[in-house]
Amino acid sequence: MTMAAPQISQDVLLNRASLELEKEQTCFECRDFGLYYGNNQALRGIDMVIPERRVTAFIGPSGCGKSTLLRCMNRMNDLIDTVRLEGEMLLHGKDINSKSINVTELRRQVGMVFQKPNPFPKTVYENVAYGLRLQGVNKKRVLDEHVEWALKGAALWDEVKDRLQDNALGLSGGQQQRLVIARAIAIEPQVILLDEPASALDPISTLKIEELIIQLKQDYTVVIVTHNMQQAARVSDYTAFLYLGELIEFGATDQLFTNPAQKQTEDYITGRYG
Amino acid sequence: MSDQANRSSFKSFMSSGQPWVWMNAGAVAVSMIMVAGLLFLIAIRGLGHFWPKTVYEIEYDNGTNIVQIVGERVETEEVPRKRIVESGIRVDSDKDLIERSLIKVGIREVLGVDFMLTVAPNERSVRTPEDVVVLERTQWGNFYGYLTDVKEDGETADVGDAKLWDELERRLHRVTELREQIEDIEKNKIGSINFQLEKLRLKRRGLELRGVTEQRSYDLISARQDEYTRDYEVLKAELDALYRDIARDSITARVMTGDEVEIKLANVVKAYQPNAMSLVAKVVFYIKTFWGFISDDPREANTEGGIFPAIFGTVIMVLLMSIIVTPFGVVAAIYLREYAHQGLITRLVRISVNNLAGVPSIVYGVFGLGFFVYVVGGTIDQLFYQEALPSPTFGSGGVLWASLTLALLTVPVVIVATEEGLARIPRSVREGSLALGATKAETLWRTVLPMASPAMMTGLILAVARAAGEVAPLMLVGAVKLAPSLPVDMNAPFVHLERKFMHLGFHIYDVGFQSPNVEAARPLVYATALILVVVIVVLNLSAIYIRNHLREKYRSLEQH
Repeated sequence: MTMAAPQISQDVLLNRASLELEKEQTCFECRDFGLYYGNNQALRGIDMVIPERRVTAFIGPSGCGKSTLLRCMNRMNDLIDTVRLEGEMLLHGKDINSKSINVTELRRQVGMVFQKPNPFPKTVYENVAYGLRLQGVNKKRVLDEHVEWALKGAALWDEVKDRLQDNALGLSGGQQQRLVIARAIAIEPQVILLDEPASALDPISTLKIEELIIQLKQDYTVVIVTHNMQQAARVSDYTAFLYLGELIEFGATDQLFTNPAQKQTEDYITGRYG
Repeated sequence: MSDQANRSSFKSFMSSGQPWVWMNAGAVAVSMIMVAGLLFLIAIRGLGHFWPKTVYEIEYDNGTNIVQIVGERVETEEVPRKRIVESGIRVDSDKDLIERSLIKVGIREVLGVDFMLTVAPNERSVRTPEDVVVLERTQWGNFYGYLTDVKEDGETADVGDAKLWDELERRLHRVTELREQIEDIEKNKIGSINFQLEKLRLKRRGLELRGVTEQRSYDLISARQDEYTRDYEVLKAELDALYRDIARDSITARVMTGDEVEIKLANVVKAYQPNAMSLVAKVVFYIKTFWGFISDDPREANTEGGIFPAIFGTVIMVLLMSIIVTPFGVVAAIYLREYAHQGLITRLVRISVNNLAGVPSIVYGVFGLGFFVYVVGGTIDQLFYQEALPSPTFGSGGVLWASLTLALLTVPVVIVATEEGLARIPRSVREGSLALGATKAETLWRTVLPMASPAMMTGLILAVARAAGEVAPLMLVGAVKLAPSLPVDMNAPFVHLERKFMHLGFHIYDVGFQSPNVEAARPLVYATALILVVVIVVLNLSAIYIRNHLREKYRSLEQH
């Protein structure tokens, strides 16, 4: 099943990306990063730099490991017993998998939004306040301020300001997804990971989410996994193309889509497979 | 050709799924009919008991001479003539099937029996006289007869122009009030004094056991004992006066044998003239009697009076069991599902837990007796109630041990239901919480457990349904025929979990099979069974109500 690893020169790749990346600050950095599910290698030899306050998109066909890589960034894969890691994943120069890192602290800095909207069966207000309450914030005034600020940040405030005490499950799918984003930014993380955030939404909701993503990069580093190449092209500054667990190409989005360095990338973005 | 067509149409009928649908619907219908029939039977037999029945006066030819029978017709059935003749009764009829009635005649002190059998052809005349009086008494069963006189201190009372019946009702009202006062003094006031005296006695004994020699402590106790004894003397005098008062009135009445009988009103609970009652009066009587049945204490070895202590005992025991079993089962389920490594051992534990639900309940009773009552209770007595020994406090059956035994019996149900509930919480919700920096424990407390609460309630509902109907183990660990006091009363600390209690299920068994007069008590068995069903249904409905409320609140499960 597994194809022979395509022979690409990492140097060329990194050089091309670095033309742009030189000007950026580093947020995440993967060094020869790999992951196994039991005996199955799902990621291998990933070397990549994710720049601060930019939108980075992971694209690639199903099963290429892009979601797995994303979930490594806030150690969501800890929940799976059989997972084994190799190499390093650095956040601001510190290996997030080292023993000295507090995983809940890491997850407060690196928020995550999932494919399906997963609000808790609580009120809109309590959903957004959830992370704050976890940190022991219980003053009503502080909570009120943060909830409003987060909902505004997720472009949801106008729609729900009169329904804060309604059950969040009564919102539409698109509103739920923005609520989940509000929930994530309420605790003021540095990074927001988005795992195919619009794949379960209708086109209008998708558009709203995309606008929101572009807005978010002013304050946060955003990493987004998407199936949809147009979406990646629209919202991201940098794009990584993964295939069968390997990073095939990484570069500025304009460049990667208009002038891909690798044949596989070109085949994928022109729809020849995937 | 047509054979083939038939076969293919049969085949298509089979494959259409119609027979399957019919079979399924049939199974549902049979179950429904059985449940409805059961409830209907219990309800008819049990509820009918409280309706004031017509009293007949029958001139009856018993073969040797003609006698008068006064009583209620309890049951009528058709019996082959041959069988009656063979039993030595002459029948004035040629018909093959003879109607035979069971007549409740009461007055056990005169006749020695409660019931008589009559055959219809030998009934010379049947009347329903309006002036026949039925008295419900504290002993000797019902009384049927005709009022002849009302007496005061043994002398015929001066009743003026009033009718004897009205006079009886008036005086009975007075007696009832006096009886209530007596009960209040005996049960509450003297009961409380006895409780305090017993506590003082135990305190003194405790001092002796600890070798306290300081005279002051003993004097203090003695002083308080004297105080209570003085209180008791006062109450006793009051009580004696009430007893003299209540003994004042009596009546005389003629019974079916023609004898005149004197009855003290103090022994009469209720008097009515069923044949003279209007429908409205009967309905009022019915409601009052039924209310008396569920709110009064039993009398005459449980065959008369009410079943309130049994209802109360059942409800208290079930509530106590719920309080014990829910946290225990839920905590165990959380460990098994959320924390334990899902390996061979966990699987074995799970299988064992499931199999525990299949162990016969009497085995739990034996365990409860051997472990809770003797070992745990015995140890508690040794450590904390030494002054009461050798009479046990916790070392004999009680409502606490019964609840614990039943909790043990039902904990597998709660564990299984909770585990299923936890397994159904979508992973995305847990990940959502973890991604916000919650630890596993925080995720459990804040999100997973509330969402699984309807499943816990389902477990509790199943547990309650099972526990409330269980009788066998209770006989070993605390359910008794007659408990002198309720497990909850006005004496501090108000809740007495070491006390024995009455239980509806055990009450049914006792009244139906262990009472001195099974025939007379049978309607009570049905009525008690009906109440037991109602109690279980009410307990379950309240649990279901809570569950539906929780479901509404955490209904995300349906969306994912």
